Amino acid sequence: MVRVVVLDYAVGNLRSIKNGLERSGAEALITSEIAEISKANALVFPGVGAFPEAARRLSSAADQIKSFISGGGAILGICLGMQLLLTMSTEGGLYKGLDYFKGLVVKLPSNVKIPHMGWNTIKIRDYSCPLLGDVPDGSLLYFAHSYYAKMSDVEVGSIDAETLYGVVFPSIISKGSIFATQFHPEKSGEVGLKILKNFIQYIRR
Amino acid sequence: MLTKRIIPCLDVKQGRVVKGVGFKELKDAGDPVELALKYCEQGADELVFLDVTASYEGRGTLVSLVERVADVLYIPFTVGGGIRSIDDIRRILQAGADKISINTAAVQNPSLVKEASEVFGSQCIVTSIDVKRVYVDEQQSTDKTVAETENGYCWWDVYIYGGRQSTNMDALKWAERAVKLGAGELLVSSLDFDGTKQGYDLALLKELSRRVSVPIIASSGAGDLDHILNALTIGGADAALAASIFHYGQYTVREVKQYLAKHGVPVRL
Repeated sequence: MVRVVVLDYAVGNLRSIKNGLERSGAEALITSEIAEISKANALVFPGVGAFPEAARRLSSAADQIKSFISGGGAILGICLGMQLLLTMSTEGGLYKGLDYFKGLVVKLPSNVKIPHMGWNTIKIRDYSCPLLGDVPDGSLLYFAHSYYAKMSDVEVGSIDAETLYGVVFPSIISKGSIFATQFHPEKSGEVGLKILKNFIQYIRR
Repeated sequence: MLTKRIIPCLDVKQGRVVKGVGFKELKDAGDPVELALKYCEQGADELVFLDVTASYEGRGTLVSLVERVADVLYIPFTVGGGIRSIDDIRRILQAGADKISINTAAVQNPSLVKEASEVFGSQCIVTSIDVKRVYVDEQQSTDKTVAETENGYCWWDVYIYGGRQSTNMDALKWAERAVKLGAGELLVSSLDFDGTKQGYDLALLKELSRRVSVPIIASSGAGDLDHILNALTIGGADAALAASIFHYGQYTVREVKQYLAKHGVPVRL
């Protein structure tokens, strides 16, 4: 059985991602105890809350997360959980992220309504991304965010899919066993479930 | 491209879906979980659950219902009705809702909108505004924001307690303030149009669209396909909410979306 830990930053809906992972064939545990990852195959950073508080909670666990990854563990960051994987964010000030991807989290441009809320299309750049098996180009996924991951030039190869909303931003990124989506797969109907199943399938590899 | 959303609304009273006219005369319209699944299969983009009597009777919202819905639904849903505190919000979100909508409590305690958006993020705080037109003479002097409608000039008064109490507050100004406080979306319902099947209050939607920078969910008055089309095009709304046309089987969600697509509105089919 694939065991997934969903990290709880004590704000918002974690039940849906837990349900989605279980429906995809994994055993999911919601916990704020980072030590629990020693027994897990994968760690999910859920997409609820605000950057400063979530980053503060994660920073104390940075070393454990690093050794989890080097030991073969997989990561899935969702929405805010994706943004936490970048170098830094401008949300609510200037806060450091985990720096697994070089880049800055910035606000969406003011020529569009903010938050970016609803179902938008993804344009696939790398079909070989394990999350994208049987996911068609142009699929609609559910987004709910005001900030996006502005990737630095060195990360061009990490962008697997992108989305247009006022600006073209990365909607799926990956590097080794670290994956992240700006949309909410657990709230994106059948296509979203397919992406979660692909993640669980990748862990089983 | 971002698509326009169709959102069936389930007004819930004591665990059942109900539908009224002008917020009164409630009739039974089915089991919430069954209806939620049905609309999800028809292609609904989101769902809204409103505990319609909660604020009036001072009850908390039905957490167990939220949990049951979250366990079967893989699209976003919003819960409103009787939400008064950060703890209320936390309980509803932890039960599996993606957004909460605040109405009466936001009017009475605007700082709740600010605090909630700081803790949970603007994207999960919807401010719901119930309004009623107050017609005036064009020349009449007033401190309210007056606009021209198909029936003459009016301003919009904010109502609280499920449409039972006028506040004499300018709805357009309140909407702008709610957005400044951190509301991530506005859900706008009209006491004049609710349950009438005469169409949405397009004058209201147009005025709001010009003034606020967050998504607007149009509510109240959907009777046919053109009403929904007009709310999303002429009215400039980002999403259209409807209840009775879906509950009584007049249209499926998919029929609505096919009609919108045929008229050039981007939708998820």
